[in-house]
Amino acid sequence: MDVLKRAFLMNIHPYSKGDEKMETLQQTISIDPMTRIEGHLKIEATVENKKVIEAKSEGTLYRGFEQILIGREPLDAVQITQRFCGVCPTPHAIASAQALDDAFSITPPDNGRIIRNIMQGSNSIQSHVLHFYHLASLDYFHGPEIPPFIPRYEADYRVPKAVQESLTNHYIQAYQIRLKAHELCAIWSGKMPHMASIVPGGVTIRPRIDNITTSLWRLKELTDFIDNVYLPDVIMLAQIYRDYLQIGSGCGNYLAYGQFDLEANPDVTKRKRLLPMGRIEGGKLENVDPQKIREDIKYSRYEPPSQTHPSRSKTIPNPQKPQSYSWLKAPRYDGKVYEVGPLARMKVAYAIQSNTKINQLIDQTLKDLQVESDALCSVMGRHLARAIECKIVADEMSQMILQVKLDEPVCTPHKIPDSSEGMGLWGAARGALGHWIDIKNSKINSYQAVVPTTWNASPKDDKDQPGPIEQALIGCTVEDNDNPFTLARIVRSFDPCLACAVHLLEAGKSVRKFRIV
Amino acid sequence: MSVKNSISRREFLQWAVAAPVSVTFLPRLARALQEAIKKYPIIWLQTSTCSGCSVSVINTIHPSIKNVILEQVLPGHQLVLTYHGTLMAATGKLSTKAAHEAAQKYQGKYILVVEGAIPTKGDGHYGSIGEEDGKPISMLKWIDFLGRNAMVTLAVGTCAAYGGLPAASPNPSQSKGVSEVYEMLNISTAVINIPGCPSHPDWFIGTVAKILLYGMPTPDELDEFGRLNLFFSRTVHNRCVNRDYLDDGIMAEKFGDEGCLLELGCKGPFTRADCPIRLWNGSVNWCINAGAPCIGCTEKGFPDEHSPIFQRR
Repeated sequence: MDVLKRAFLMNIHPYSKGDEKMETLQQTISIDPMTRIEGHLKIEATVENKKVIEAKSEGTLYRGFEQILIGREPLDAVQITQRFCGVCPTPHAIASAQALDDAFSITPPDNGRIIRNIMQGSNSIQSHVLHFYHLASLDYFHGPEIPPFIPRYEADYRVPKAVQESLTNHYIQAYQIRLKAHELCAIWSGKMPHMASIVPGGVTIRPRIDNITTSLWRLKELTDFIDNVYLPDVIMLAQIYRDYLQIGSGCGNYLAYGQFDLEANPDVTKRKRLLPMGRIEGGKLENVDPQKIREDIKYSRYEPPSQTHPSRSKTIPNPQKPQSYSWLKAPRYDGKVYEVGPLARMKVAYAIQSNTKINQLIDQTLKDLQVESDALCSVMGRHLARAIECKIVADEMSQMILQVKLDEPVCTPHKIPDSSEGMGLWGAARGALGHWIDIKNSKINSYQAVVPTTWNASPKDDKDQPGPIEQALIGCTVEDNDNPFTLARIVRSFDPCLACAVHLLEAGKSVRKFRIV
Repeated sequence: MSVKNSISRREFLQWAVAAPVSVTFLPRLARALQEAIKKYPIIWLQTSTCSGCSVSVINTIHPSIKNVILEQVLPGHQLVLTYHGTLMAATGKLSTKAAHEAAQKYQGKYILVVEGAIPTKGDGHYGSIGEEDGKPISMLKWIDFLGRNAMVTLAVGTCAAYGGLPAASPNPSQSKGVSEVYEMLNISTAVINIPGCPSHPDWFIGTVAKILLYGMPTPDELDEFGRLNLFFSRTVHNRCVNRDYLDDGIMAEKFGDEGCLLELGCKGPFTRADCPIRLWNGSVNWCINAGAPCIGCTEKGFPDEHSPIFQRR
């Protein structure tokens, strides 16, 4: 294992006297692996005079799910695509089932629609709590001096000792809470992760009164935690790390497909949702036309054509493609860069004013922090939006659970057509999620998923516009290349989920600069 | 590995029981207790995975995940999580360095947990963790290094055990399970498979407890697929809650129907796992109880051998 030994034992500053100009010019910081996210991600930032001038995000694993799906039975897609991700199988199952609903021209009965919503709500709570406490919070305080809390970056941990102790306790408590959220989901889905009961047409589970009762009481534990621990902790961290209400603002455009169907309108763009579909471009609220989504591949390791709609997209890998640096494609809406996620959903819901509680909660939070609304477009803003969304969803869930009707149908029967197309647009915890299926000879002819992290961690597009995470990193200050904690904080605020997004890897760019971390 | 095993387990238990009253001996007691604890470094490597098995294992209830990773999981036995890509504080090279140092320091004494299949196509360059000289270090290389020096390898989940979903036809990354890769690389470290998509927290904790308290399982405690008979000896079908429906000829014909799920593709008869009696997520439910057919996720050959998923085999 000479390679590994060298990797860890060698001097990792291959700076030599012959390269003196480099010292004052550019340095490349590489964070690989980016831990405490879902999946395998590498971040590379070029720093000049302590400022990031270029950033690249790269996934480092290829699984090839699109290829695996071809030729299979359409129904199998719901089970297979869930396994993109063990943190967010629920939205994949729902987006996939909705793509099949669309392809089969069926709509779920009320129970099917509502029970899918309950599962999504439980999964969103699980995912948001896990993200804040177990993935992100260790960037802001240090836990006990034992593994897995050590080793760690020597960052500017600013929290007072008492707060540190309470955050450590909440970190532990959050494990129990996210477990309860999984239980709440499994009451309806059979098990978690990877749910059994979501199928085209609705769900398979026939509701019983004990499902409803135990769900309500588990939900009560979750709402208590969100109200008294999670949301207050996020607001407190935002107060302590106020500069992170300015850092990492990103691209400024926001896209949301929405979440939680309130009716069964077959046209997803017109369907009423608790968190509505929409987009914010240059501060203005606009409609979403799914036909305007394109995937660029100029800097992605794929063969042309570029700028194709996901329903027509091909995935032909070419690791040697000149100029390319990522296995992610670059999804764009009408040629523009969009951020997706809870922040996007909250901004869209706020602009539409679809739910007064969302607007009140956002206004109150901004007032408590004494900041303007643009402060939401930041590292701490993303954490705040996630926590606010978590509260909204948890509060709405008791109504969802009470709307379930005993002894009424849960699933609309289907017939698999010889050929058809279907689209499922939904929201994962991490943002807008789209599944597109094409059926020929009653089998899957092609299947494409454009997932939240493909939007957020996308490389530059055909017009050389960097992706949202890349834009959020550019301009950021890095004081110490050995502890680039600011970069890690920015990247984690997007809650990247690489297992969903990525295809990767590649070998050897020879960056002849500093290689640190 | 044992930090220092200066008192026997029996003595330790006596001391532990005596602790509340022996106030004057506290410093000595604390020291002795510390010395009595056996510590087992764990390196948890995520390869081609969805992270679902990590997410599932942290759903453990008794012991809680806090008991498992921060306390003595069993009296006198403590796991030390030296590397876990999703949970550890460290990031970048700092994190991989921790794995590397632990493997060197505790050579032959650490538990390697592998979650995910291992891509072998193109010399393993379809999956990497960390880099050296600007070049990615393949997961295959990590397995070679960490596997060779481990005391035992626990292959958690069907991907790590048998290849699972990444290895499904046409297996675009030529992914394989741990045992197959060990064979390929001539690694003799023992492998225990704990399959499932995901694996059940009880199966994982139970396997760890078995090793800690009673040592490595004997060959007759494992089945032909490297799983503990304890959890995987009887079929889902034989202990299914819907057997009375089958006996009475009540068969579900479409999703949401009451009845035995065989006609909807249930793979219970071909799947060995104790789900019907163990249940999932705090025992609130399991697949068949939610009206959904068993998809055979604990079996070698999942998903291909059980496909189409919703057709009777």
